[in-house]
Amino acid sequence: MGMTITEKILAAHAGKKKVAPGDLINAKVDLVLGNDITAPVAIKEFSKIGVNRVFDQEKIALVPDHFTPNKDIKSAEQVKILREFARRYGIANYFEVGEMGVEHCLLPEKGLVLPGDLVIGADSHTCTYGALGAFSTGVGSTDMAAGMAIGEAWFKVPESIKFNYYGKLPRWVGGKDLILFTIGKIGVDGALYQSMEFTGETIDNLSMEGRFTMANMAIEAGGKNGIFAVDAKTREYVASRAKRSYTVYASDPDAVYNKVYEWDVSKLEPQIAFPHLPENTKPLSECGNVSIDQSIIGSCTNGRIEDLREAAQVLKGHKVNSNVRLIVIPGTQDIWRQAMREGLFEIFLDAGAAVSTPTCGPCLGGHMGILAKGERAVATTNRNFVGRMGHPESEVYLAGPAVAAASAIAGKLAGPGEVGVK
Amino acid sequence: MSSNILQGKVWRFGNDVDTDLIIPARYLNTSEPKELAVHCMEDADPGFAGKVNLGDIIVAGKNFGCGSSREHAPISIKAAGVSCVIAASFARIFYRNSINIGLPILESAEASKAIAEGNQVEVDLSSGKIMDLTTGKSYQAAPFPPFMQELINAGGLIEYVKKRITN
Ligand code: SF4
Repeated sequence: MGMTITEKILAAHAGKKKVAPGDLINAKVDLVLGNDITAPVAIKEFSKIGVNRVFDQEKIALVPDHFTPNKDIKSAEQVKILREFARRYGIANYFEVGEMGVEHCLLPEKGLVLPGDLVIGADSHTCTYGALGAFSTGVGSTDMAAGMAIGEAWFKVPESIKFNYYGKLPRWVGGKDLILFTIGKIGVDGALYQSMEFTGETIDNLSMEGRFTMANMAIEAGGKNGIFAVDAKTREYVASRAKRSYTVYASDPDAVYNKVYEWDVSKLEPQIAFPHLPENTKPLSECGNVSIDQSIIGSCTNGRIEDLREAAQVLKGHKVNSNVRLIVIPGTQDIWRQAMREGLFEIFLDAGAAVSTPTCGPCLGGHMGILAKGERAVATTNRNFVGRMGHPESEVYLAGPAVAAASAIAGKLAGPGEVGVK
Repeated sequence: MSSNILQGKVWRFGNDVDTDLIIPARYLNTSEPKELAVHCMEDADPGFAGKVNLGDIIVAGKNFGCGSSREHAPISIKAAGVSCVIAASFARIFYRNSINIGLPILESAEASKAIAEGNQVEVDLSSGKIMDLTTGKSYQAAPFPPFMQELINAGGLIEYVKKRITN
């Protein structure tokens, strides 16, 4: 009986030849991540362990990205805890404002996560790095504290579900639509405790950006991780970034899956998740007339350069509707610079958008675009829970960058076609 | 461990209660348990923190605690005085966090379905037995696997790691 890529990575890090779903293992980790919300709690727990050093100064990443640049006194105090901890313990990968970006855009970009790695992060979207053929999963602050001290974490080996997509995606349909469609089909607990493995012809043709977007939202189906096979695109992505060697794992042909889904996506429409769960998805043509007050393009789901290019293609020569605020948030400083060089900011500014420094900001209702009572936003983010972007009586509609941009022009949920963009 | 028996009044919640409902992100600029407790379950039931009594029990549907990895969620529940959460199923990070910080959680689809709001319930953590004292019915939750039991017995993950380091 063969093993899946997830089982192989877990086995290798637990020093075992073989693991099977249900096994409880202790595994070595290659990277431990925390942010300005979760790390302060982890640092407090770490101090209770009574060690005077971290397990490896190079293998911890602290990214203050949620409420930064510090939005108020309390968040400034939280970030100060990270900064002082990083200095005291010589943490190599602490990212101050100016280098900082949304963590799940930033770490792959810096080459801190590579194929075959095992990564834990005190942030649920740590599953993003599965796009690189790594096993990565979100944990809590206490796990992060233990990880920083001993470089290990406990896991229950998950069962795997295979998602096989075939067909050429239509124009303006991408990774976000594939994952929203998938969550719509299986529900927000459709992959609970399980590994989601994404394969097929459509995935082979999907960009790295699209794969990051999909892996990012595995948690929205309850998944433990989302993972992709390593191919030429992955190798090219890490070639200029990796500062160490890495191992490529692949699923065996006779690996065992709990379930296999097969979908022809050649006629997939842009997908939109209605409030208040990511599983409430509808194809664009069934969305009806939903007016919006705000559009957010950014986050660890869709704040990468390809997303900004797509938004710019739609916005070029158009004006944002006078009833809408459009906020564009590049995921990292490098993405920001790249977008600037390519002239994308000219397009955004001409359209009447505000462009922000990298931050999580409105994605979690932190700052930089909070919704008032009764307001509606379309967002390229990953969660539309009650109160996620502000007032408990506001609403968030999740979509890809093309729909978020077109909706900003139309003043209501719309695709590029509806605002005359081919 | 002598305090393996818990007793309290039940507060019911539905399916897919997410971490933003348990503790909204707008309060995450602090990690003080006392401050978090004041806003526990605020967007699901605005008055919850004011009316919950020490020892009370939350009973919910499937996928309780889905969403973010914020440990602030189980921390706020524990700090609000809730003694244990019973649900049909838990989201995995919430499950993990609860065990790591020592908030008792029990999975039982039957109990989750049957126990009504306001009922008085008794839970025996060592056996996983749930008694609805109001109706006299009892339910059996799946016991923890031995490794997790070891974590719980050690007093959570930090104590467990401490022991490992000193050995
Ligand atoms: S962008 Fe949103 S989902 Fe991503 S890490 Fe930040 S708050 Fe979390």
